[in-house]
Amino acid sequence: MKKIGLIVNPIAGMGGKVGLKGTDGPTILAKARSLGAEQVSQERTIKALERLIFLKEEFELITYPGEMGENIAKQCGFNPKVIGSIIKGKTTAGDTQQASKELCNLKIDFLLFSGGDGTARDIYEAIGDEVVVLGIPTGVKMHSAVYAHNPMRAGDLVALFLQGKVKELRKAEVMDIDEEAFRAGTISAKLYGYLKIPFEKKYTQGLKTGSSATEKYSQEAIAQEIVDNMDDDYLYIIGPGTTTKSIMEKLELDYTLLGIDLIYRKKLIELDLNEKKLLKHIKEKNAKIVITPIGGQGFLFGRGNQQLSPHVIRSVGKHNIIVVATKHKINSLNGRSFLIDTGDNELDLLLRGYTPVITGFREKIIYKIDL
Amino acid sequence: MNKQTRTRNFHQAKWDEPVIYELSNEGERGILFPEIEQEIENIIGDGLSKLPESMIRQKPPNLPEISQMRVLKHYLRLSQQTLGADFNVDIGQGTCTMKYSPKINEKLASSHKLIALHPAQDEDTVQGILEIIHKLDLFLREISGLDKFTFQPGGGSQAILAMASIIYAYHDSKDESKQRDEIITTMFSHPSDAAAPNVKGYKIINIYPNEDGLPDVKALEKAVSNHTAGLLIANPEDTGIFNPKIKEFTRIVHEAGGVCGYDQANANGILGITRAKEADFDFCFFNLHKTFSSPHGCGGPATGALGVTDKFIKYLPVPLVEFDEEKYYFNYNVSNTIGKIRSFYGVVPAILKAYSWIMSLGSVGLKEVSQIAVLNNNYLLKKILEIRGASAPYAKGRHRIEQVRYSWEELYNETGVTTEDVTCRMADFGFHMWSSHHPFIVPQPFTLEPTESYSKAEIDEYIAGLKRVVEESYENPELVKSAPHRSVVHKIETDALDDPARWAITWRAYLKKTQK
Repeated sequence: MKKIGLIVNPIAGMGGKVGLKGTDGPTILAKARSLGAEQVSQERTIKALERLIFLKEEFELITYPGEMGENIAKQCGFNPKVIGSIIKGKTTAGDTQQASKELCNLKIDFLLFSGGDGTARDIYEAIGDEVVVLGIPTGVKMHSAVYAHNPMRAGDLVALFLQGKVKELRKAEVMDIDEEAFRAGTISAKLYGYLKIPFEKKYTQGLKTGSSATEKYSQEAIAQEIVDNMDDDYLYIIGPGTTTKSIMEKLELDYTLLGIDLIYRKKLIELDLNEKKLLKHIKEKNAKIVITPIGGQGFLFGRGNQQLSPHVIRSVGKHNIIVVATKHKINSLNGRSFLIDTGDNELDLLLRGYTPVITGFREKIIYKIDL
Repeated sequence: MNKQTRTRNFHQAKWDEPVIYELSNEGERGILFPEIEQEIENIIGDGLSKLPESMIRQKPPNLPEISQMRVLKHYLRLSQQTLGADFNVDIGQGTCTMKYSPKINEKLASSHKLIALHPAQDEDTVQGILEIIHKLDLFLREISGLDKFTFQPGGGSQAILAMASIIYAYHDSKDESKQRDEIITTMFSHPSDAAAPNVKGYKIINIYPNEDGLPDVKALEKAVSNHTAGLLIANPEDTGIFNPKIKEFTRIVHEAGGVCGYDQANANGILGITRAKEADFDFCFFNLHKTFSSPHGCGGPATGALGVTDKFIKYLPVPLVEFDEEKYYFNYNVSNTIGKIRSFYGVVPAILKAYSWIMSLGSVGLKEVSQIAVLNNNYLLKKILEIRGASAPYAKGRHRIEQVRYSWEELYNETGVTTEDVTCRMADFGFHMWSSHHPFIVPQPFTLEPTESYSKAEIDEYIAGLKRVVEESYENPELVKSAPHRSVVHKIETDALDDPARWAITWRAYLKKTQK
């Protein structure tokens, strides 16, 4: 019998309607409560669990006590195995992390959680990508790509997983922004890592462009196009992401998925460079930057790749920026432009306009960049 | 017919018929040939030994061995399992122009006057069919404004490949074919506008639509350079929105030194209304099996009639069919020809049917075809927009030309029912609904094109089908998601199409892939 873990972040989403940017940390949570914020995650989680009731006898549901899952699981008619302990009304990020670890130790097959970017990050930090997960979107900040389209779809997708109909998994971005800075008016987002989510095109994407197998072929085709056209006189700065790193795989080089790596004449120069190191290298040689937009939101610069600072971008030059993306990723933007937020307004204006995007072997599109 | 829902209590025939090769029994025969009579053998021998060695097969072809009656049953059963264009209200296959093809044209094409002709006959003995080919060329010149047509391409994609070949030959004549290695197209043009030139060796640049659903002119400006070989574009595109800036597109590409080809595979909404010439295109092609009713042959035999301006006639495939005021003849004297792209001079039955169809309508009739097609489409559009959960992205409140790419996004968000689920449920009522070319840019897409052929009653029947499926989606989504319930096969797992190890398009390939 399959084991499904359930973690509900009871406070996720509370800051939304009252105009706060999230509920990370006790002070803000208190403020949210004082503004009359209500719990939203319980109700949304119920919508997901309702879609699983028909399979009730086919799996074991394991969850944390009270508002972290037990209550709604029982309310929906499940008889969950409850583990761990919490202080009612005072759950924290630590509880999410602890619950993830304990569930993981019980060898669950799938972890369903409800929350936002903070919750996804806590889970990622606690257990990495050990278990297949899926988020029920209930948070305020949802820059990550680990959520189903809506709570019902999350439930449907777990059902498909239980029925053995999910055949493939894919890596999805875990992003979070610094809430405090965000409240002060600046966005500083970071790519924390990737969680494994089930790939079932209808439920996670809302758009159909092919299976994850086609996505993999597309990435390989893009890598081939880049490698075939590499100029021996240039350094290649390879940005974060699975699409850009397929170039490293094609060249059989080591790489850091989240970091900036540097290659020259198809050989690795250095892994995971920061701004300072990048500047030192590009002072001596011409360079090209290869980047891919962040799935679902379209940021080219300023999210998850801050090492590519305005200084680095200016030194490399606009014409040496190579953008790569699969068509699937482009379509998931639903026609919205690419975005940039380098922190240097003048540079942002300079980068604005239209850019070629390599989408396959001998194939590109022209796509708009906006602020 | 259910009077309340106005949908049919349809059920598709299911014969569970094996593949014809599986029916084969060694030695079984459809026809037994008589022994050769001595008198004949005395004169011509045994019929084999006089054949040149090189013409005799080393081993017989691997054909199934089946009796006549069993073959007949096999194909009749398959035909019953097929939802053909003459059975259903075939407006669900948007972009394909599934119009009614008058049966008299089939009679003409199967007349002994045509089928007894051999393509290798001397031109003096086939003046009649050459006259028809030449006159169809003249008709299409008038319809497009261009200067010469060839009927050699066996379909739209081959016509596009021919355009790419002419573009290459043209730049090569100026020593620029190496430098000019990029073809520009748009996301809502047919995918073959990208695929065929890619096969020719071109790099492809795709232009995305802007918020109005039209290809972005500014993106085009960014796309052109001294690498531009040409532009291959449809108008209206698959959205059914006419691009009023099309002349700007051809201007920008011409100024960059490129050549412009117009994908008019489907020209059903603009006959007699707008032409390739006035939009400054260098080429265009018409699918005779779409607009000109020849009809679709399930992947052939078809014709992509390719037309060019004067400047490009010298690149056309040979032979061209010409008339010297006395007789019709094959012209092989084409200085920069791209060569032959298909055997002989095209799919002659398709040419004859298109000729007959045009003759039966005349110029006034052709224009009326487009007017009715557009009227039908906009009636359908209005009715679809009244259905809960359906929308027509882009160009809100504006009329469309001959088809519309709709979206079930709202239906999906509210019920979880996808466009594929709707397709499967529509099949339960004897309807076909097509989604869209991949990749899906419009979320949960479906594309309808009523053409001029369907009556209001039939369009209303189709709408009633959609309405019923939508009502079911809101009341009992599982019913729709588990559809079809009355078809030959249940859901087809489309993911297998991405994996060559799991499909085979011929029996030989099937054996090769399964018998390791």
